[in-house]
Amino acid sequence: MEFFRETDVVVIGGGIVGTAILRELSKYDLRCLLVEKEPDLSIGTTKANSAVCHAGFDAPAGSWKAKTNVRGNALYHELQDDLDLDIKWCGSLVCAVTDEQVEQLGVLLERGKANGVPGLEILTGDEVREKEPNLTTTKAALWAPTAGVMWPFGAAIAFAQCAVQNGAQVLRDCAVTGFVKEDGRVTIVNTTKGAIKTRFVINAAGVYADKVARLAGDDSFTITPRKGEYILFDKTAAPDLVWGIVFPCPTRTSKGILVCTTTHGNTFIGPNANDQDDKEDTAVTPAGMEEIIAGARKLVPNLPLGAAITEFAGLRAVSSTGDFVLGASPVPGFLNAAGTQSPGLSAAPAIAEVLVEALGKEMALRKKCNWNGRLPRKKAFNKMSASEKKAVIAGNALYGRVICRCETVTEGEIVAAIHEPVGARTVDGVKRRTRAGMGRCQGGFCGPRVVQILARELQVPVSSIVKERAASHLYYDKFTGGGTEGGK
Amino acid sequence: MEMYDVVIVGGGPGGLSAAYSAYRNGAKKILVLERDRELGGILQQCIHNGFGLHHFHAELTGPGYAGRCIDLVKDKPEIETMTDTMVLDVSQDKVVTAVNPQQGLFTVRGRTVILTMGCRERTRGAIRTAGERPAGVFTAGAAQRMVNMEGYLPGKKIVILGSGDIGLIMARRMTLEGCKVQAVCEICPYSNGLTRNMVQCLYDFDIPLYLSHTILKIKGRDRVEGVTVAKVDARMRPIPGTEFDIDCDTLLLSVGLIPENELSRAAGVEIAPFTNGPKVDQHRQTSLPGIYAAGNVVHVHDLVDFVSDEADIAGKFAALDAQGRLEPVVSTVAVKPVDGVRTCVPQVLHLPREGEATRLFMRVGAPARKVTLEVKCGGEVLVKRLFPVVKPSEMITLDIPADKTAIMKDEITVGLKAD
Amino acid sequence: METKVMNCIMCPMGCELTVTMEHGKFVSVTGNTCPRGAKYAEQEVTDPKRMLTTTVRIQGALLPLLPVVSADVLPKGKVADCIRFLRQVEVEAPVQAGQVVVPDILDLGVDIVASRAMGKVVP
Repeated sequence: MEFFRETDVVVIGGGIVGTAILRELSKYDLRCLLVEKEPDLSIGTTKANSAVCHAGFDAPAGSWKAKTNVRGNALYHELQDDLDLDIKWCGSLVCAVTDEQVEQLGVLLERGKANGVPGLEILTGDEVREKEPNLTTTKAALWAPTAGVMWPFGAAIAFAQCAVQNGAQVLRDCAVTGFVKEDGRVTIVNTTKGAIKTRFVINAAGVYADKVARLAGDDSFTITPRKGEYILFDKTAAPDLVWGIVFPCPTRTSKGILVCTTTHGNTFIGPNANDQDDKEDTAVTPAGMEEIIAGARKLVPNLPLGAAITEFAGLRAVSSTGDFVLGASPVPGFLNAAGTQSPGLSAAPAIAEVLVEALGKEMALRKKCNWNGRLPRKKAFNKMSASEKKAVIAGNALYGRVICRCETVTEGEIVAAIHEPVGARTVDGVKRRTRAGMGRCQGGFCGPRVVQILARELQVPVSSIVKERAASHLYYDKFTGGGTEGGK
Repeated sequence: MEMYDVVIVGGGPGGLSAAYSAYRNGAKKILVLERDRELGGILQQCIHNGFGLHHFHAELTGPGYAGRCIDLVKDKPEIETMTDTMVLDVSQDKVVTAVNPQQGLFTVRGRTVILTMGCRERTRGAIRTAGERPAGVFTAGAAQRMVNMEGYLPGKKIVILGSGDIGLIMARRMTLEGCKVQAVCEICPYSNGLTRNMVQCLYDFDIPLYLSHTILKIKGRDRVEGVTVAKVDARMRPIPGTEFDIDCDTLLLSVGLIPENELSRAAGVEIAPFTNGPKVDQHRQTSLPGIYAAGNVVHVHDLVDFVSDEADIAGKFAALDAQGRLEPVVSTVAVKPVDGVRTCVPQVLHLPREGEATRLFMRVGAPARKVTLEVKCGGEVLVKRLFPVVKPSEMITLDIPADKTAIMKDEITVGLKAD
Repeated sequence: METKVMNCIMCPMGCELTVTMEHGKFVSVTGNTCPRGAKYAEQEVTDPKRMLTTTVRIQGALLPLLPVVSADVLPKGKVADCIRFLRQVEVEAPVQAGQVVVPDILDLGVDIVASRAMGKVVP
């Protein structure tokens, strides 16, 4: 049989969990390969979530969620510098607006202590308003100083780049279609690009993890997509909203509707939590928007709705087991990193450790002596000092041309994002790597320029450039008619 | 640091008109900074005709109008222009920081600065349309640039939301390019475009116009596959049971323009409510001394001719200011829009002893016929003008002679009175 | 006798005009509030005319398209044919504003001219 690749471990899924696992694997003397069905990494759950690195007081002690969240939060503090991650350690508040909820804070505090969360504290309403003047309804709050907001796609891409610089491979546009087993053991992964011979498979396929597990013969869990909708505000809205992370008291199904900052000073409200069968439906709904507006108003009564710049929804992967599904499965050679709903983002680096430990029980792992965990620095042009700006333009004139006006992103940064390891090939891919198009005009001015730069740098026609997934074509050529149909 | 009499941020019709006016009023060293690769601004993509009847007394296309403005500033040693140049910061002491590939990062100082950055389009996010986020949703202006300047079409089967002039013009453009325009939807009970554009862009091509309708949902996961439309009630809320689907691969949004004032705000310029632009006096001076503003950055215009008129004013007084030739101000008069007038520019008058002839630029809140516009001070009508018809989409003007401004005190009101 | 309802476009009033015709010939108009409206109505029902604006391809310029405009109004019914014709036209930079791109298009007696100047760009 002809193989397209031969490897020791195949990781399925290029979200935050899959990429964190790939990076952890790259520390060892292994051939490892990540397959992602879409044209870019991090475009499932990792793309549309609250981007909070939780402190870890929510999940019951002893659960995977609790253990990996607290450990993952600590790991991000360590990884931030090496991987040049965008994380703002602003701390989080859980706000009580009724007397019942004030009592609930005590429960959360105790649980957090049991989980080993450092620095937790109950603040009075007035102490809260010293930090967040707009929280006029808050009676008391749980303060967790170790929480932060992060740039989740940036983290996933950084994990992948770190792995690639240590010899791992990433294949995009590569969907798993099935497995071949020998003596009950998975040995071959069939994909849309060909068959891959492997010794182990790690399933980090997000909302599709149950389908992938079924293909391998593991039916020990199911995944229910739980939709969460969000409204994102312009940076100018922050003084009317919040400077940090603000939760209501949690309910049984979710941590509730937040009012929250982002790494770049925008603010958002959301998410709601609605279970659905469809693994693809990420549509924003009028009812959902009303729900999150009503929820957020309980914390901040005067929402600056006129400053909204976009609305979006994401799907969390909720496992039937009630916890993350981590480690060996009933199928030999097949491991799961599944059901990684919240706090999956916060837990990802710790989940990666758990999976590698599980793998170590099945095969001998030897650490590489020359592993390099440090990525090159990538400072955004708009965060540079005047002398740094001058120096970077002197080295490459393209840094002197601003393409995205709202976020001041230069052509030099966009070209670099296209040519870096696991580089951008789509308009949204450029956006996730550079912020071009993330501002208040939402790509109105820069979108077409980004398309043209992508076409030029990738040496393909403009009409073949897509927004996100393979069928998301943007333009027809006016004269040849090439484009949407031609690309299908 | 290089010193200029006048530094102008933006090389569209506003910036170029201001530069020429500053030159004619004695400024010796003028700099225009433009972010695009060529001068002319958004007009370069507005290839249709109908521009210039007021200002140049000729019917011009957008590029034709831009060309006239460019001709005014070229080959004049007093006026320097830089393209492909993005202004990153304007400070209160009028230091302008900019960047381009040739000079890198640089700063210049102006004795005066004129802000003419124009406006940008409202996006889908601002109107909170439900649905997925597929490719195929474009603002009308972004699509216009691709079609008219770059050689690409945004799609083949089009629905347009918003019946302002940009939406109407794009309905015709896309039809002439061989696309099928399925419908234009307008949330208001009336169109926001010129009658001429209604006739020549929609009726000529039998394109359906749905008034009092909005788009509830965008369908399609990767590329737009259709939209769900519904009728709205008098308070613009969708009426249940009136939903229907329209098949399309593209949605163009023409849902309003927003003055681009990020630089103004960062500089500390006071922004006026409703216009969302700098609060200016009759010279177009902002709340910061020596910093002027004109055109769509102050308030969104319907006619570029008015942009040029306003920029002429800003250019003139910025030039006089730079030369220390402004007349001393003896009184400050607030201009307050009332009774059907939604916005009025200028928002304040800074008057010399003998008064000063002034033109007010206004927008009304709702369409009306046979109304009188009155300027009042302390209950007394100073100036009035009869309008056979007024519409929110069309700016109206009123000239106040110098002798009337000389008798104003503290505050004047501008309002409509039904006949 | 037949009637046709239309909006006058001569000024912002936008009067609703009702034109009466017989055998395709103009008879009378009501609803106008000025003589310009009457003239517009007669022209519009007997021989409607439109300006044409579009783009043609250009080689050697910064942009791939040159905007063009008809030097005068054209019969409304011929606009689509003209657009189709112009889709095949290609010019070479440099071009001056007002330069004739297509003389006497489709023998209609009207030139198509460049809306703007476009310089030659050295690649």
